[in-house]
Amino acid sequence: MTDPSPAVEFTDVSRHFDEVRAVERVSFRIPDGEFFTMLGPSGSGKTTCLRLIAGFDRPTAGHIQLFGRDVTKLPPYERDVNTVFQNYALFPHMTVGENIAYGLMVKKVPKAERERRVAEMLELVRLPGLHRRKPSQLSGGQQQRIALARALINHPRVLLLDEPLGALDLKLRQQMQIELKALQHEVGITFVFVTHDQEEAMSMSDRIAVFNLGRIEQIGPPAELYEQPQTRFVATFVGTSNLLEGDAAAALTGSPTAFAVRPEKIRLDDESAEAGSGDMCVADGYVQEFLYLGMHTRYIVKLDNGAEITVARQNEQIAAEQGVWRPGDRVRLIWPKLANNPLQG
Amino acid sequence: MATATAPRPKPSFLRQLSTALYNRPALFLILLLSLPLGYMLIFYVGALAALLIQSFFHLDGFTGQVVREFSLDTYRDLFTASHVGIVVRTATMASAVTLAAALLAFPLAYYTTRYTTGQTRALLYLAVLLPLWSSYIIRVYSWKLILAKEGIITWFVDKLGLTALLDAVLALPVIGGPSLSFSSLGLFIVFTYIWLPYMILPIHASLERIPKSLFDASTDLGAKPMTTFRYVVLPLAFPGVVAGSIFTFSLTLGDYIIPSVIGNSSPFIGMAVYSYQGTAGNIPLAAAFTTIPIVIMGIYLTVARKLGAFDAL
Amino acid sequence: MRYNRELKAPFGLTAAAVGVLLFLHIPFAIVMLYAFTTDEAAFTFPPPGYTLKWFGVAWNRPDLWSALLLSARVALLATLAALVLGTLAAAAVYRSRFFGREAISFLLVLPIALPGIVTGIALRSMMGLMNLPFSFWTILIGHATFCVVVVYNNVLARFRRTGGAQIEASMDLGADGFQTFRYIVLPNLATALLAGGMLAFALSFDEVIVTTFTAGQQSTLPIWIFSQLTRPRDRPVTNVVAFLVVSITAIPILYAHFLSQRSGDTAE
Repeated sequence: MTDPSPAVEFTDVSRHFDEVRAVERVSFRIPDGEFFTMLGPSGSGKTTCLRLIAGFDRPTAGHIQLFGRDVTKLPPYERDVNTVFQNYALFPHMTVGENIAYGLMVKKVPKAERERRVAEMLELVRLPGLHRRKPSQLSGGQQQRIALARALINHPRVLLLDEPLGALDLKLRQQMQIELKALQHEVGITFVFVTHDQEEAMSMSDRIAVFNLGRIEQIGPPAELYEQPQTRFVATFVGTSNLLEGDAAAALTGSPTAFAVRPEKIRLDDESAEAGSGDMCVADGYVQEFLYLGMHTRYIVKLDNGAEITVARQNEQIAAEQGVWRPGDRVRLIWPKLANNPLQG
Repeated sequence: MATATAPRPKPSFLRQLSTALYNRPALFLILLLSLPLGYMLIFYVGALAALLIQSFFHLDGFTGQVVREFSLDTYRDLFTASHVGIVVRTATMASAVTLAAALLAFPLAYYTTRYTTGQTRALLYLAVLLPLWSSYIIRVYSWKLILAKEGIITWFVDKLGLTALLDAVLALPVIGGPSLSFSSLGLFIVFTYIWLPYMILPIHASLERIPKSLFDASTDLGAKPMTTFRYVVLPLAFPGVVAGSIFTFSLTLGDYIIPSVIGNSSPFIGMAVYSYQGTAGNIPLAAAFTTIPIVIMGIYLTVARKLGAFDAL
Repeated sequence: MRYNRELKAPFGLTAAAVGVLLFLHIPFAIVMLYAFTTDEAAFTFPPPGYTLKWFGVAWNRPDLWSALLLSARVALLATLAALVLGTLAAAAVYRSRFFGREAISFLLVLPIALPGIVTGIALRSMMGLMNLPFSFWTILIGHATFCVVVVYNNVLARFRRTGGAQIEASMDLGADGFQTFRYIVLPNLATALLAGGMLAFALSFDEVIVTTFTAGQQSTLPIWIFSQLTRPRDRPVTNVVAFLVVSITAIPILYAHFLSQRSGDTAE
């Protein structure tokens, strides 16, 4: 029952505000049923793109299509899209029930059916019986679910979520991430999610588009983004990376092309350790400092060729030793050449 | 729960109109603004322009008609001794009233912001708001009752045996007059009373903005209350005083009701304007007179802006 | 560490504050007192006796009634005009950034900021130039110019507090502009409109300076009172009117104040 045409398609979309280029020539396709995340720091253009999908803003150039239909000139109320806002935007002068039923009320759905569907929705978001309360009487987490219910009751074909978990505290946020993912599978529609939190993006998404300064730097499934970052920005924004270029790169790989390598891919060993089989990079240096982080320890190693490399080592020992290597220790770093990601930008 | 696209019903007329306006924000803005802006431009800016134009006409002495030709005669007429005297008298009264209002407003505002909280504070604020929004003309009338020869002040003065003193004061040339309710002293009291709330509120606002921590810091550094007042409170409250003074000065400058009811019939700007455009039919002169408070307030506002009054409003 | 002790004010300051408060409010008390005096000359203090008869006399005065009705009609229509014009202007200023935006706020506040005499004579000279006869409409035009800003400020503050997200949410859920206005904007504005409207009504009802320039032969209530001041004929009746006006207008002022406080807008 999924539609063959893509749920959302951007073709060369730009949005300029006077001199500010909030979105610059962005193109992508979201297939129906996907959990798609737009990830980036503030000001990167991801929220602007979301608003362009919803219809709150018009692009300066380019086309936007929903299920094959050009919607560039359509106002929000004519699009089959609903939004969950960052601060929920619940109507304070209406009850929870009236909030949720708003979309139905506007379409003149009869009262009995509205009430039935509101009750259904409240069950779905696990807040049964709250329809008479006012939004101000609810906690942040509850308000967020009401906002969700209010959007979903209209059976939109695409659900937009604008950093909906930002205002929640850590534990609640993590719980909601799991619930949202499950909800999306249950409901089966396309979710377009905006966040600046890369862990959140990776845990929930089918594919992620990484935004920076109005452009998309890379689109792909979370593993692909993490294991094969194509640009400096993606390498350092999604997870952490070591960046090597010029002479330091040449010393390790034979070519001055810039590349990135993840800290956990590097093995930390004594100076005399063997490289083992396969195509490996080997570098010697000494430990400058370390950070004990519970699950793993981070070592900052100063190589003989001058570069600084961060190594992340899982703390597998049961005894909580504060780092097997101490500052000043001579060490050897060994990692497979395949772990190096050449960077294009 | 994915659904296929249902065939869309044709949107209603209102909805189409809404979409048309949504897609044309500039048009929508023009529609919104046209009524209020149009009204103000025609009936207010236009009126001010008409006033300015009129001040360049002049009244023909023989026919008593307004001659609609450009001329500076009216302005020349403005600068005669008696007219200048009117301006000076009004400005002096305005200054005196401003000073008195500031002196009276400050203790109340200071007391309210510094030494009261919550309910009491809201109540005291309301106690100032109420006279502000009460009927102006009735507040003026109330002083007519109070200042009357048979009224409460005379009765009070009598009981204290100070009647002779009161008569002596009334006999003074500039301040006095036939009775309290027809004297410059009475005028001064009434002006101060009427505009007092306008002075209290900005001072209140600027005092409220002073963080409590400043008082603590000052005491911590060894200052006595009086010193704190002089070096911390006064400078920070000053923009509020200036803001309040804009009101008291400007309102006194332009008022004609109070001088005609209470004063000793020496003319003020407001009265001059009113009488010239009234029976005398000399609208050009009245218009020219009106430009004076506008110019004075323009200068006053520029100075006040420099002193930070607009941040205090 | 926070001190929670109640500061004690120096006696002199408290005395001064009380004095100023009395200065502000005793005249009201005096006016209310004089409404009941038996004295016909009506200025004598202390009042020789107390009576309610002047209330009856006032009730039977046709000129008083026509002044009252005129004031009420003008205030009502001026308030209506202010509500419409003020809301339109506030919506325009809130929604868009356009050239001259700050100028609008400045323009709207001018009629109140400039001395009444300026507004009055400006309107009069314009009406003279246009050869407009003085009438109910000229009074109304004058009143509307300074009533607009009161509503404008209240509504703009309310728009700013509400924010645009609710409007976007409403449209996102399928409501067009008109439906959004009806279901979302208007309910949110309701108390701001009420407060602004009441203040505008009070402002118009009480206005005297501009009105004397634009009224011609007619008398609104404040003009009637003013004429009593300069040619005192029936002082006792004037006292009664004063008493009634003060007591009655206190109510909407208090109500408007509590309305704006409760919804957290800036109080005037």
